[in-house]
Amino acid sequence: MINLLFYLAATVALMAAILTVTRHNAVHALLYLIVTMLAISLIFFLFGAPFAAALQIIVYAGAIMVLFVFVTMMLHQGELSTRQEAQLYRPSQSLGAIVLSLILLLEVVYLLSVPERWLSSQQMTPISAKQIGITLYSSYILLVEIAALLLLTALIGAFHIARRHQEGAS
Amino acid sequence: MNELITPIIILILLLLSAAMLTWVERRVLGLWQERYGPNRVGPFGLLQVVADMIKLFTKEDWIPPFADKVIFVLAPMIVMIMMLLGFAIIPFSPELQIADFDNAVLFFLAISSLSVYSVMLAGFSSNSKYALFGALRATAQMISYEVFMGLSLMGVVMLADSFSLSEIVEAQREQWFFIPQFLALLIFLIAGIAETHRAPFDLPEAEHEIVAGFHTEYSSMKFGMFFIGEYLGVLLISMMIVTLFFGGWLGPILPPLVWFLLKTMLLVLFFILLRAAIPRPRYDQLMSLGWKYMLPLALVNLLLTGALLLFNQ
Repeated sequence: MINLLFYLAATVALMAAILTVTRHNAVHALLYLIVTMLAISLIFFLFGAPFAAALQIIVYAGAIMVLFVFVTMMLHQGELSTRQEAQLYRPSQSLGAIVLSLILLLEVVYLLSVPERWLSSQQMTPISAKQIGITLYSSYILLVEIAALLLLTALIGAFHIARRHQEGAS
Repeated sequence: MNELITPIIILILLLLSAAMLTWVERRVLGLWQERYGPNRVGPFGLLQVVADMIKLFTKEDWIPPFADKVIFVLAPMIVMIMMLLGFAIIPFSPELQIADFDNAVLFFLAISSLSVYSVMLAGFSSNSKYALFGALRATAQMISYEVFMGLSLMGVVMLADSFSLSEIVEAQREQWFFIPQFLALLIFLIAGIAETHRAPFDLPEAEHEIVAGFHTEYSSMKFGMFFIGEYLGVLLISMMIVTLFFGGWLGPILPPLVWFLLKTMLLVLFFILLRAAIPRPRYDQLMSLGWKYMLPLALVNLLLTGALLLFNQ
């Protein structure tokens, strides 16, 4: 059962990802990207990480992608930008991305062909939020602090840019 | 079998009560504003809902030719689906809860953050300036208020030591959480009003400046879905507040379900009273209230709760 659900979610994620790349309408592309996020969240859930699944939806689908759609929505000019996009995009341009993805695909195929323990599907116990919290604030405390520092810097930077803009306007 | 029928009955009851809420709101608003409200159709105007339904269903369902059709149809569905999904985690009574799982609070936050898309996509796909303005406002408002909506819940989670709603209710046997978490209750209530974009925070659909905001181009039952979605949102937020801060189904003598519904009713009436009593703020006031007061307040609440918990250990 879990296998079937996984393959279903994975297929949806892949299809949506492909559609994301090939859409000319930027907002449609972003919507497919959101579908990919949701499918990935389901995969997390299936593999016993409900906390990560919830965060995937809250943070990626619910916050970051909202901002993406928000900005695209403001810049989108209907038919005009769709046509522009269609002119800009040529299949040959995706060559680099295809090569890189092929390398990843080969890697996955190799991993699947080797019967090693890192891919064994048994013994998956759900990880609780508490365990994640304990791990984050013990072994990975340095990473948490670095991330906090980065976010603070970004916050100050954004504040600075917005403030200068305001003074210039008045 | 029972597992299948109960959710369906709950769904139908929810939709009916959301529809009835439109009547309740108009009647109660009328009472507070010293006028009658809808009292023509049936006894006390009770059949007004039926009349409205017939009107909405028989109106022409018009999709503007300039709209992005698929997304235009999708947008009102998203709000209905998200809001109805949200009720799956509510513990109505000890026995009556559709899904009781560990990360229910996170599930609620995910639902509320995904419901932003309905408003946003409605505004985008309508291809009209008022709809776009409404959507921009709604999106900015909802993602800002979501931040400390989540933060305010963390105090409750810390006290109950669990993300599961049934365990949070159980943890309130001795003391309801609105006493130790009064700040959180205040913040969650305000964020809840902003999330459902109800008056006084209904700037996304402020009719005197941007026509009807994001649902300007919607007609017939598609508009009806936004409308019912809003009332479902009010119900969901009220039920969440009852569960998280007012002890859920806990209460003496009366059966748990009755207690739960009573508390929810009172909160819904409070939501309506707010609409009757408080004028709309300006948009920049709304945003600065969020970021400059609510967010620091939520952080202070979190800090204090954590400190007290550590101190008491």
